[in-house]
Amino acid sequence: MAEPLIRLQQVTKSFGPVDVLKGVDFEAYAGKVTALVGDNGAGKSTLIKGLSGVQPYDGGVVSFEGREVHLTNPRQASSLGIEVVYQDLALCENLDIVQNMFLGREELKQGTLDEAAMEFSAIKALQSLSVRTVKSVRQKVSSLSGGQRQTVAIGRTVLRNAKLVILDEPTAALGVAQTEQVLNLVRRLADNGLGVIIISHNLADVFQVCDYISVLYLGNMVARLETVKTTRDEVVAYITGTKVLEGVNE
Amino acid sequence: MPKTLPVVTSNVTTRQKSGIGSALGQVRQLSFWAENAAPIGLIALVIVFGILSPVFLTLGNIQSMLIAASILVILSVAQSFVITTGGIDLSISATMTLGAVGFGLAYQANINFWLSVIIGLASACLVGLVNGVLIAKGKVTDFIVTLGTLSAATGLALILTTGKPIVVSSPELLILTTGTIGFIGYPVIIAAAVGAIAAFVMFRTRFGLHVQAVGGSEEASVANGVRAGRVRIAVYLICAFLAGVGAILLVARIGAAEPAINTGYLLNSIAAVVLGGVSLTGGRGKIFGPILGALLLTALANGLTLMSVSPFYQPLAVGFVVVLAALLTRFRKK
Repeated sequence: MAEPLIRLQQVTKSFGPVDVLKGVDFEAYAGKVTALVGDNGAGKSTLIKGLSGVQPYDGGVVSFEGREVHLTNPRQASSLGIEVVYQDLALCENLDIVQNMFLGREELKQGTLDEAAMEFSAIKALQSLSVRTVKSVRQKVSSLSGGQRQTVAIGRTVLRNAKLVILDEPTAALGVAQTEQVLNLVRRLADNGLGVIIISHNLADVFQVCDYISVLYLGNMVARLETVKTTRDEVVAYITGTKVLEGVNE
Repeated sequence: MPKTLPVVTSNVTTRQKSGIGSALGQVRQLSFWAENAAPIGLIALVIVFGILSPVFLTLGNIQSMLIAASILVILSVAQSFVITTGGIDLSISATMTLGAVGFGLAYQANINFWLSVIIGLASACLVGLVNGVLIAKGKVTDFIVTLGTLSAATGLALILTTGKPIVVSSPELLILTTGTIGFIGYPVIIAAAVGAIAAFVMFRTRFGLHVQAVGGSEEASVANGVRAGRVRIAVYLICAFLAGVGAILLVARIGAAEPAINTGYLLNSIAAVVLGGVSLTGGRGKIFGPILGALLLTALANGLTLMSVSPFYQPLAVGFVVVLAALLTRFRKK
């Protein structure tokens, strides 16, 4: 198998006396969708916050594209090409799609906003994801549905030339059709060659779109499964801890 | 997550005219009124006063109305920046007073006119800096901070002047009040220039976009790398600087730097911004609307005066108009 895009080896993180990550190994590959599942309190969020640089890990080794890196803040993670789409999406409802996609990274021409260039790039980014649900990129985000908002947030990561996109519960609070839409989008991100990590509680989604499933249980990585070689029951068993003693990995 | 369905509603209204259709039509009309409260109100006032008073629409009266409006226009533009971020500057008129006093004291001390102007602007900016830093870095509520600086700046102005007005008679100020290009006075031109520059900054620059973004969602802005704290400090500085510009115009008009409280300007600047369609919760950047709002309030006062209505009724009328406008904003489109 090819070199992983990102590889975590024995990463740890504690909050005071509480060890949230107890030496976790994890990897994700370019062009593949990796699910990160686990019950509440398993350490999923903490693992992701380390990857995004929001809360750096206490110990362990992180390699990105084969090189050891230290993820210390979000800007630096972003400059490496790691982008996170959080559940709240970090969109400004009062601004339009283009403004949101470029927020904080506006393109300028002679000191003023280069609206035409930004609009062009935004349309191109959305097209690369085959987005057809958005009528105009000059719509305000307040007028968009939950699925469309997710689309904008994902499109923004494409614009930023992300290599690894991490999605936190992308289908929570979405209807059936919109969930389908977003999952297609996730697949297309991977098909475009990006590495994708999805945190999800919804195993139906996970089985539909992911290539690998990694299961966290109380701060330990208890399984790394290939979606085609596993079953829902097996994943549930790992998540709930009933299968933890039987050993780890494929 | 709130979901709005504008597409569906507009389809319904075009398809069916009766029942739900007409009700939606009414809502649409109300939202139209809400969106355009300031221009509609201004036109209505001009028509009403134009009919009731033969003097109202004369060139002379229009000229004096525009000059009378210029300070309020500048303050409204200033307030609009702050309110777009979701904040409020209650110290705006006190800042103007302090700016006027700073200018007056400097000029009285035989300092060169332009240097005195700079000292006036700087003393106003000092209040803005205090506001901005306390709100952005100290995380104190804007309302409390600016209420505090309102009092502090007023007190400072009274202390510095021992409560007496400083008469300023400079040839430059005389030119400022009496000079015209065509039939348009210099104060009007300054106000128009402030408006044009402000619109450019708000809608064409990265900074303006960030002002609107911070007002829309500070969390989302910060998550995308917008330096929200700096933006907040900047809007209070801009507001105070423009209050300083207003201070120079005020001294020019009165001929003296008075340590007066000028509460009218504070309330009217907020009223004009609300009339102009800026949401007090932030995120809706507007410049032209507040300018029209300021013109409306000035025309209202002018018309009532021409009709020999007691000035005691003016605050009542302003209050009525502002509350009506605020009520209309409920029907604004998302």
